[in-house]
Amino acid sequence: MPYEWNFAIVLKYLPNLLEGGAHTIALSAASIALATPIGIVMGIIRQQRIPYLAPIAVVYIDFFRTSVALVLICWCYYALPVLIRVNLDTFTAVMIAIGLQASAYMAELVRAGMQSISPGQWEAARALGMPGHTRLRYIILPQAARRMIPLFFLLMVEVVKTTTLAGVVTYPEIVYDAFRVATEIYRPIETFTIVGLICFVFLFTLGRIALYLERRFAVVER
Amino acid sequence: MTEVLRLEGLTKSYGATPVLKGVDLTVRRGETVCVIGASGSGKSTLLRCVNFLGYPTAGRIYLEGKLVGREVTDRAGVATMRYRESELCAVRAHVGMVFQQFNLFPHMTVEENVMIAPIKIRGLSRQEARKRAALHLDRVGIPEKAGAFPGQLSGGQQQRVAIARALAMEPAIMLFDEATSALDPELVGEVLLAMRKLAQEGTTMLIVTHELGFAYNVAQRVIYLHEGTIHEEGTPEQVLVNPTKPRTQDFLRGVTTFRMPEPRLGPVDQASTSKGA
Repeated sequence: MPYEWNFAIVLKYLPNLLEGGAHTIALSAASIALATPIGIVMGIIRQQRIPYLAPIAVVYIDFFRTSVALVLICWCYYALPVLIRVNLDTFTAVMIAIGLQASAYMAELVRAGMQSISPGQWEAARALGMPGHTRLRYIILPQAARRMIPLFFLLMVEVVKTTTLAGVVTYPEIVYDAFRVATEIYRPIETFTIVGLICFVFLFTLGRIALYLERRFAVVER
Repeated sequence: MTEVLRLEGLTKSYGATPVLKGVDLTVRRGETVCVIGASGSGKSTLLRCVNFLGYPTAGRIYLEGKLVGREVTDRAGVATMRYRESELCAVRAHVGMVFQQFNLFPHMTVEENVMIAPIKIRGLSRQEARKRAALHLDRVGIPEKAGAFPGQLSGGQQQRVAIARALAMEPAIMLFDEATSALDPELVGEVLLAMRKLAQEGTTMLIVTHELGFAYNVAQRVIYLHEGTIHEEGTPEQVLVNPTKPRTQDFLRGVTTFRMPEPRLGPVDQASTSKGA
């Protein structure tokens, strides 16, 4: 007997799924907000080989880049509250886990972006008498940031995808809600089709925005 | 004439490879000095040491009569120079540098390129800096390109913007590191003309160049650098036309083999040519 598709019933639960989607976005945004400043600072410290701090940044980056996201999430939810003696809700725990991991990727992104700026730019800034922070602030980082736009959006997409692991600690993101809806109505096929579409539309739009920004801020070089 | 720059025993090695082996050189105010020499003779290294893009291994550099850095003598009695980064920033701000590859900031307009250092380092207001940028862009002959981005300009225009950018810091001396070597041949002239204009206006300049005609016509003094030392030095006439040292003569013969109209080959040259063939 062929499978009888029934999307109508799933659409009734669409508000639930969209609410999950909103949670996913909120969690992603918070993780990125945590990751970006840490990542920028760590990236600069590593690229500039700042004495004493650079080795710490290297260990930090390698540690979070190589750790498993799911394990980090569970650890931040179960173990971290014990260590710091503060109760963390699921949102905060997952945000810390994903945010810290993303910050390590962000740091590498910043470093790669800075290193991609030609030595001539660093020299020209130096030759004008600019001290290190002025060079970074006005010459290197603005150019590096432009080159980082596509990769930054790639990282954002990765973060959004990673937040779907938050369900394991019962944070109601979109996939977690999808499981709940699917078990309630016995329609996993249709439910996950719809969820897949929602995710695709969202991430695709994000990608388009990235492309637009990349072109908008492109610098003519030769 | 007051001296702007004095180098004493300037030495620079990369690892065990010596590139500069004790260069003594004085540049006085308003003077234009051209440095010529084969590649690898240390010309670029010399310029880069003057504004500390590369650190001298030994020797002293005086800018406007003031010793840069501080001399420290260790227990064995060996004197070495110590440099503070903040002092070097101040030195570089007083030494204008023009690079072979222009190195304009591509994310800024021409005007912003010229304004950024006076604003951030000299503390000028945007208004003052804009006035100053207009003045120096005018000096190099491209006042109309203020709003353009470097990527929209020809190489010659870019290099003139780079000159204006360095001038806007009102440096004590301008350094040119093969400023026309990366240009398409037809764009060399406009940059050399701009440089000559600066020379005529009394700008103190130390110029590394392969443009011997320019050196002959514009420089007050020409220096032939060979294997990290000043091999021959004098007026353009002395060094470029009547060099006394065989090395200099060899170098010049290589650079000026073909000329318009082609000089008639002497019997010696003909002999060596046929031998080579």
